[in-house]
Amino acid sequence: MINFQYLRTSSAKSAIALLLKDKNAKFLAGGTNLIDLMKRGVTAPEKLIDINHVPLKQIEQVGSKIHIGALATNTAVAEHALIKEKLPLLSWALQAGASAQLRNVATVGGNMMQRTRCGYFYDTEMPCNKRQPGSGCGAMEGFNRMHAIFGTSEKCIAVHPSDMCVALAALDAEVVLANHKGERKIAFRDFHRLAGDTPQLDNNLKTDEMIIRLEIPVSNLAKNYHYLKVRDRASYAFALVSVAAAFELNNNKITDVRLAMGGVAHKPWRLTASEDFLKGKEASLSNFEKAAELAMKGAKGFGENNFKLKLAPNTIIEALNLAKSKA
Amino acid sequence: MEKRMLKEDTDRVDGILKVTGRAKYFAEYELPGLTYGVLVTSTITKGKITALDTKAAENAPGVIAVVSHLNKPSAAAYEQEGGPQMKIFYTDKIFYNGQPIAMVVANTFERATHAASLVKATYAKEEFNTDFAKALKDPKAKKLQGQADYKRGIENAYKTAEVKLEERYFLPIETHNPMELHGMIADWRPNNQVTVYAKTQGVKSTQGTIANVFKIPPENIQVNSEFVGGGFGMALRTWPLEIATVMASKHIGKPVKVVITRAQMFTMVGNRPAAIQTIGLGADKDGKLTGITHRAYGETSTYENFTEGVVNMAKFMYQCDNVNTSYAIVPVDLGVPIWMRGPGEATGAFALESAIDEMAHALDMDPLDFRIKNDPETDQQKNKPFSSKNIKEAYKIGAEKIGWSNRKNKPGSLVEGQWQTGYGVSVGVFNANRGKASVKGILKADGSLLLQSATSDIGPGTGTGMTLIAHKLMKIPVDKITFELGDSSLPPAPSQGGSATLSTVGSAVNDVCEALKSTISELAIHSGMDPTANFVEVLKKNNLPAIEVTKESHSGKERDNYSMYSFSIHFVQVKVHALTGVVKVSKIVSVGDSGTIVSPKTARSQMLGGAVGGIGMALTEEAVIDHRYGRYINNNFADYHVPVNADVPEIDVNFINKPDPYINPMGAKGMGEIALIGFSAAVANAVFNATGKRIRSLPITPDKVLG
Ligand SMILES: Cc1cc2nc3c(=O)[nH]c(=O)nc-3n(C[C@H](O)[C@H](O)[C@H](O)COP(=O)(O)OP(=O)(O)OC[C@H]3O[C@@H](n4cnc5c(N)ncnc54)[C@H](O)[C@@H]3O)c2cc1C
Ligand code: SF4
Repeated sequence: MINFQYLRTSSAKSAIALLLKDKNAKFLAGGTNLIDLMKRGVTAPEKLIDINHVPLKQIEQVGSKIHIGALATNTAVAEHALIKEKLPLLSWALQAGASAQLRNVATVGGNMMQRTRCGYFYDTEMPCNKRQPGSGCGAMEGFNRMHAIFGTSEKCIAVHPSDMCVALAALDAEVVLANHKGERKIAFRDFHRLAGDTPQLDNNLKTDEMIIRLEIPVSNLAKNYHYLKVRDRASYAFALVSVAAAFELNNNKITDVRLAMGGVAHKPWRLTASEDFLKGKEASLSNFEKAAELAMKGAKGFGENNFKLKLAPNTIIEALNLAKSKA
Repeated sequence: MEKRMLKEDTDRVDGILKVTGRAKYFAEYELPGLTYGVLVTSTITKGKITALDTKAAENAPGVIAVVSHLNKPSAAAYEQEGGPQMKIFYTDKIFYNGQPIAMVVANTFERATHAASLVKATYAKEEFNTDFAKALKDPKAKKLQGQADYKRGIENAYKTAEVKLEERYFLPIETHNPMELHGMIADWRPNNQVTVYAKTQGVKSTQGTIANVFKIPPENIQVNSEFVGGGFGMALRTWPLEIATVMASKHIGKPVKVVITRAQMFTMVGNRPAAIQTIGLGADKDGKLTGITHRAYGETSTYENFTEGVVNMAKFMYQCDNVNTSYAIVPVDLGVPIWMRGPGEATGAFALESAIDEMAHALDMDPLDFRIKNDPETDQQKNKPFSSKNIKEAYKIGAEKIGWSNRKNKPGSLVEGQWQTGYGVSVGVFNANRGKASVKGILKADGSLLLQSATSDIGPGTGTGMTLIAHKLMKIPVDKITFELGDSSLPPAPSQGGSATLSTVGSAVNDVCEALKSTISELAIHSGMDPTANFVEVLKKNNLPAIEVTKESHSGKERDNYSMYSFSIHFVQVKVHALTGVVKVSKIVSVGDSGTIVSPKTARSQMLGGAVGGIGMALTEEAVIDHRYGRYINNNFADYHVPVNADVPEIDVNFINKPDPYINPMGAKGMGEIALIGFSAAVANAVFNATGKRIRSLPITPDKVLG
């Protein structure tokens, strides 16, 4: 038997203390990703620290920010009145992910930490630098239809599969992390990382840290927004490409704009060049097209995913169109 | 069409059992001393096992035995030369990646699963090829004839036609993957008495296979399979994993249960093989077909050949004096395929029905008019009249319901914002079979009727159909009739496949009921009663608790005189997004022309299921293999996409519901296959109509629409 210890704790402090004691421990939240990985033999933690009883499920406004606890479920966040009213983009992105059953147990922290869906990563008989550094990248010259076109490395071309994270990157969220010494706060955009030479690392969370909560500024982006997810079936499929788009309009002039893409990189891909271009411009199709063109700088296909080079800009344009028509 | 539905429309006789969880499927039987088997599979694609280290597994907690080619539990037929090709646990040869090479049996499923991970195989690898398209191009690769070449009139006449086209169509591997996982419980007891709980489309076939492999009399083998959680063709044979289960039980002298994993469902129980097809069509300027050529290549394995009816439809579906077909199979290093709903005909219909649409476009004709213009009066292949065929009526009903008049013949004409709307139509056709089956009927003085036959129900509602046939003839309330199936000790019936069960077993039910009725009226006359007296009174008067009749029924001369087919017409409306390439099926109208509809509710369900399966085939389903490794990449339900509810619009199901005068006493033809056959072409045709883009490679995913 692959034995592991199961521990349950009801405070963040004790969870962190347990984590510190054992390098091979892992937090168990909704379990929708971790348990699958354990069953497939991709990971074998010696200790599971069940954090579902840790009281970090708050969804509340604190000053000009909305705080969301790391253990709030995807459903709770998506359906919360405050989120629907002030951060509808996040609500939409969450609803576009997984299935209702999964969202009911999946948590915010778990969603951020979910691993890539690259098929080679899941099959322990296949080479994969992310699962087993140095074994090679199966996808590079293999089945890479779902894979990245931005920020890829020679070691790994996987994408981060989350929908929620794309909206959070767009919304300038921050993440509060904690270890036994205390808390730190980082921009959500800096939470995930590119694969580089260490594809085994998905993000910048330290091994002794726990995700505590998100802090998301309330902005004027609740009117013209859209989360457009293009996928192989109407629901319950990961994004081929997704776009989170939101802007503030003043006399059809764009005064603030956020754009991020999913399904294209090892992290949620914020489109700053496009944003910079759109700021102060008219919300017109030709400007949307130009913004989409700018977004594609540096994009590179690997064969089966070449279609994303066309799909990605198209999806940006359509997401902006739909955001505009919301008014 | 609603009006034409029979009054006898009823719920499934086992519906309540199914939705309340009381219907018992094979894996749910608890036998005393039950043990659990888990299969170890090869991780290479071709070669030999040079060593198999089972020590660690054998020493793991709870493990009872590790069965493999090293200990070869006795299976008489496997000990002989020749015989079945892949003799599980009797060979060290690896034919494909994922082939079962050992079974670990333990006292719990979890322990067996863990111990299975401890079995280590060492291999001598050989070069392999799992890429069908590559094999097809390779002049050195084997190509075997799959069906005799067919020729009527001039070969390749399309080449000299006034209007001609020649196109290639590609279908990937599709898997059946019903919800219920495959497996078996086998209990081998002393004196070679065997009981199995199986997931099978034919209890008699499972019984026969086990008898053959182990060389014991079939009477020694009891096969139970009362409920099956979906088959779609996958359970039409007894797979090596099932033989392995019986072997293991024999070896350890205890009952063994095996339930394979979802990933193993991709490699151990067959699939719809990939196919590459070329269609050549020729027509005169007035839209009369002058030549049809259909050449197909299907995938098969290296250790067993698999063929199906890919090119059948081209031979008779359209009026045309010059038709030729060929069909070859190409071995690759994968597990052997098996029929999947609609089998080869569904593969062939995608190509033919796409090409017909392409020809209509080339002629600038409405594809419906083109089809009607080339609709044959008789079967030119068999040179016989059709026993019944109401296609033109079906076209009319469907066209009206889908709103065909809104369709524009010029593609890309209906645009609303980024969404383009298109309409498509296609035909499905399948042989209206009738085999031989026996049914026993026991009519009881308590007013009930018990019917028994060793047939199966993989989902269509066999018991419901049979009950309704008996109800109509005997005028006994539905809840007083019981139909027992899925038990090899009952009177024999063929496997449930080829849409033949209702026709075959239903005819025997009919004959049994007629016989019971005449016995009752004879008894009535003998005892001085009115010959139409109620059977309960007749039985009571004669002091009989019950009477019993067994009848065997089969087709007769009618099949020599008529060509018998079931037909279906699929109309679909799609919306295609110009920027993202997303295709949504927005409306479906299907019309079934399959004789009398015996059980309207379950018949409708067949058409619904066919349409959903058709959406999968058209838009989402593709089993992907990395040919460098010979392994499936998307062998799970997150990555192998079957349609979800959100992909399925309202489906308007219609039936012609006119009895076929010849096929059988009910006038009913099968309809399980026609529900799917042709559907994918209707979608492809609608996508073309919406966008002007012809996609000849399934599934039609956004990348292809954009590309
Ligand atoms: C079939 C399927 C389809 C899916 N489709 C989609 C989709 O379309 N879009 C999408 O976005 N997602 C999708 N998902 C993924 C889903 O969103 C994630 O599995 C889920 O969000 C993970 O959350 P969880 O709470 O279950 O995490 P768990 O599985 O419990 O944990 C995942 C990881 O996060 C770590 N972790 C959890 N909480 C914390 C914390 N507070 N601090 C530090 N580490 C933590 C765990 O240790 C573990 O390593 C799908 C999943 C499945 C199985
Ligand atoms: S893309 Fe990344 S995750 Fe996928 S095989 Fe390559 S290294 Fe592994």
